[in-house]
Order: sequence, then C-alpha cells, then structure tokens
Amino acid sequence: MHIDASKLEFGELNEIIRNTEADVEITGCMGQRFIAAGLSDRKISIEGVPGNALGAYLNGAKITVGGNAQDAVGDTMNEGGIYIRGSVGDAAGYAMRGGEIFVRGNAGYRAGIHMKAYKEKHPTLVIGGRAGSFLGEYQAGGTIVVLGLNEDGKSIVGNFPCTGMHGGKMFLRGSCEGIAFPKQVTTHLADEAEKAELRPLAERFCAMFDLDTDEIMNEDFTVVLPDTKNPFKQMYVTN
Amino acid sequence: MKLKEGQIRIPSGCAISAVISREGKRMTGEKIIESMKPMHDRSNGLGGGFAAYGIYPEYKEFYALHIFYDDNTSRHTCEQFLKDGFEIVRAENIPTRKHKNITDEPLIWRYFVAPLASVLARMQLDEKEYTARIVMKINTEIDGAYVFSSGKNMGAFKAVGYPEDVGEFYRLDEYGAYLWTAHGRYPTNTPGWWGGAHPFGLLDYTIVHNGEISSYDANRRFIEMFGYKCTLQTDTEVITYIADYLMRKQGLTLEETASVIAAPFWSTIENREDKELLKYLRCTYGGLLITGPFSIILGFNGGLMALNDRLKLRSMVVGEKDDKIFIASEEAAIRTMEPDAENIYSPAGGEPVIVRVKEGVEL
Repeated sequence: MHIDASKLEFGELNEIIRNTEADVEITGCMGQRFIAAGLSDRKISIEGVPGNALGAYLNGAKITVGGNAQDAVGDTMNEGGIYIRGSVGDAAGYAMRGGEIFVRGNAGYRAGIHMKAYKEKHPTLVIGGRAGSFLGEYQAGGTIVVLGLNEDGKSIVGNFPCTGMHGGKMFLRGSCEGIAFPKQVTTHLADEAEKAELRPLAERFCAMFDLDTDEIMNEDFTVVLPDTKNPFKQMYVTN
Repeated sequence: MKLKEGQIRIPSGCAISAVISREGKRMTGEKIIESMKPMHDRSNGLGGGFAAYGIYPEYKEFYALHIFYDDNTSRHTCEQFLKDGFEIVRAENIPTRKHKNITDEPLIWRYFVAPLASVLARMQLDEKEYTARIVMKINTEIDGAYVFSSGKNMGAFKAVGYPEDVGEFYRLDEYGAYLWTAHGRYPTNTPGWWGGAHPFGLLDYTIVHNGEISSYDANRRFIEMFGYKCTLQTDTEVITYIADYLMRKQGLTLEETASVIAAPFWSTIENREDKELLKYLRCTYGGLLITGPFSIILGFNGGLMALNDRLKLRSMVVGEKDDKIFIASEEAAIRTMEPDAENIYSPAGGEPVIVRVKEGVEL
C-alpha cells in the first residue's frame, strides 16, 4: 500500500497505517511523529523525514528509511527492526528492550540510552558513522556497535560515553585512544572470539548498506563492559 | 483579574526555526511560516512569534519600537513619555489581517525613533544604552505598555496563537528579511499574554528558545545587578539580557558568550587548548552559566548564533543550500523550507553555530 504523507498530519497517517494489514510504502514524509508505533509483523518503508519517536514500542515490524530520521528512533521498542540509510537525531534506541536498529550514518547524543535485555530479549544498535556524547548512557543490557565510518574527521564518540553503564556490551571500532571512559566500565581490545561474535552482525549490516565486511572487521575493536568489581553506585549524592 | 506573565511561572517546551541569507538577500516570511507547520505539535497555541532582520531599510537609522498597549490611555502615557527623549519620525499601527485563530489582540503600534542629541549629551549615554534604559523603564513603569522589539532595521512580531497563524496575522508575507527566526511555544501553565511569546528582544538582539532553564534565578540575580529588570519570570527574557550584557557591555565575542552560557565541564576544559580562556570565562561569569535544557537562536543585525545547552537536552539541526543556512528543532522544518538542503548536521552541546552575512553586503 502506498501512502503520500505530504498532506497528512501524524494522527491521520498513523491511523491509515493501523487500519491496513498490508505492507506500507510512505512517500513525502515530513516530520510526522510516532510512525508505526507499536506495530507488529509488517514492513514499512519511508521516503522523506519521519518525525520523532519513529517505531516507538515497535513490536515486530520492519521499518526502512531512505534518508535521515529525527529524535528518539525506536523508543522503548520491543521487537522488530529499524534500518536507516541516513543519520539519526538524539536518543536513538531509547530504552529499547528488543529488536535491532541499524543506522548507516551518524547518531546524535545519548544513542542507546538505557537499553536493556531480559531473557530472550537482546536489543542491538549498530551505528555506521559516529555517535554523539553520552553514548550508551545508563546502558543496562543489549549490544551497541559503532563503526566510525564517518569521514568528517570527528571522534567515533563524543564526551562521556557509557556514563552509568551497568549492563550489556559495546563494541567501538578502533583502539579508542584519547577517549575518556568512566571508572565503572572496563575496556579491552576484542580478542578473536569476540570478533567472531561480532562478525555475523557486521555481515548483516554490511550487506544492507553495501559495505565490505572484511575491510571493517580487519581492524581492532574496543570492547566496553561494566566493571563488575566496581559497580556503578552513585552519580550525584549519597542517599 | 487576568494574571500576566511575571505574576505566574511559565515552564515551556517549544519549536524554533531560522533562515539566513549570507548574501543578504531578502526573503518574505512565507517560508519561515511554512517551516513551523511540521513542528505544529511542539507548540500548543499559546504563543508564536518571529524576528525579521533588514525589514525597515528606509528607516534603518532609527530604532523601530514595537509596542503592545492594553488601551489608548496607556498609549497616550507612553507616547508622551517617548517624546521627552526621542524624535518620533513615524508612528503607526502594525498592519495585521483578521485571523480566526488570533483573538484578544492588544493595540499594536510601531514607532521609528531617534534619541534626542541634547538628551544623550546631558545624560552622557550612548544611544544604545539610552534606548535600552527607556525600554526597561516603559516595561516596568508604564502600566499597560510593553515594548517587545527595539532594534534598528529589524522587528519582532508575536502573539498568542500557533506560529503559522501568527505569521499570517502579521502579514509577514509582505516583509523582506535576510534573516528570519521563528518560535512556537508550549507553555504548560500560562495566563496567555502576548508579551510572553517569543522572540524576546532588546535593541537588535532577539532570542527564540526551546527549553526550560534551571538556573533562571541565579542568572536573574546576577544580571539584575547591572540594571536589567526581569519582569516576566520567563527564562528567555533573562537569556536576552545576558546576551546584551556580555556582548554590548562587556565586549565579549559571540564565541566567548557561548563559552559563558554553555560553559564546558571542568573535566572537558582541562583537555582543551584554550583552557586558560575558558577558565577565565567560567570563573568571571559563573553566575551566567545557563543550566538545564535549551536550544536558542540569537539574532542580531548581520547574523545569528545558534546554541544548545552543554548536555544537549534539546534537539537542533543545521542545514544549508547555496547562500542560505537553515536551523531548526527538526530536520523536517528545514526540508520544508528547502527540500534539497545539504550538509544536515546536529551541532554538539555548547558548540555555537555562528552565521554572518558576508562583509560588504549593504543591509
């Protein structure tokens, strides 16, 4: 089903999507919020700029975006996938607890904030370019991968990555010298086993965006984990 | 009695947008109005406004005072007061068109004025300082009069309503500006008064602001030591005065001003090459550090500065096309103005985006 969204308000657009069982192809998208919120088992493709909270509470649908997306992509998503050819705004994958988000370009601030995992739920966020400050803030579970394929010379992550991280895992491509991580996490270069663990994900990402997996994997990766010997206790005051 | 701003506290969310032509080319207000439409739901209809630069070239030597009046009594009082200090070369209603969504409008006047040389000589003030003091005096002492714009060759236009309606109400399609800024307001608890909408302005500085600063009282206490009076209890007003104080009175550059109001953390300063300067600014103007979420666009004659708070708790996107730079809370707003906008990016928290009209361009 094709929807020309150029004259539709966000409520109208989302109602049309909810009221069909077909896959949906949206063109002329211009900032409509909450697209595909809570949606299961469908395919949604979007041309234009989807508004904030794209795929919030997503429950199994697959969303592809031809260009950029705005803030809070996949907010609290449960299952499914969001695949973005451009860049995303702030707080991508906010509190996501399942499914996957692939971003070919860059991510803004607070990507993967408070991601969490539970039993079979294991959310994954892969960023092709660079991430802004506070990457993985309060991360509680799941996997965040940043490949640093941006060509603007800026650092793979901004300031204060992993602040409050207490679960999950992060892979940052390169040795990350000069990046200041908080005391509550540990970093080490990925060994062969860890790279083997990352490889299938990298392959899928590269296949989707026409990248060369070998070239990307043929470099060091820094693995960030919460330090179980020095758990995150407090940020501001002792209560 | 209806409570006005200043008598009640107003926290707010919001949408902002701006476009500037580096060639100084004039643009009508239609595009900037359009840009607010995809962000409609960031506002709730309780405030919208625009600032336009370069719109009064035939009066560019004169301060353009835009004033709201409750009634003709307050207008007469204010006009009498103005005549004591200014030559008024033109006084008129600001043209508006009837709009079904814009109601309860006050009297809306504008005056093109020049401070009297004899008064400036007697008071030994430069004309900017004198004009700023008169604006403060009207806003605090003349009941029912409120100056909401006071720069040269520029003007603010604001009202209670959604920004796209406000733009139509003020006939902004009939103005030509090389720089437009816009604001849609989402106050969560407002008495709904026209003066409380954005932009806030003093002289040619205007601010549109999305956010809710938590340092308001600390900032207010500091700035009120220097003759500014924060009458409205809204954080945007204090940001406007901070900009005026730091740049006009203290002579700081835009970059330095950004380093005061969105100062980097001490831990970040330690690793910066310009750490001596940053330390100096943070120590000297500690009371002007603005904390809490904000994205602002500061307009002035000849350019703009966009800035996020240092933690970047609000969104802001920048794009460009040919001679134009676009800034907005959402990329959709930029794409509405220019579908083929290039180099879209989000500046980091505390990283100022400064755009000026090219040197030598007659404004």
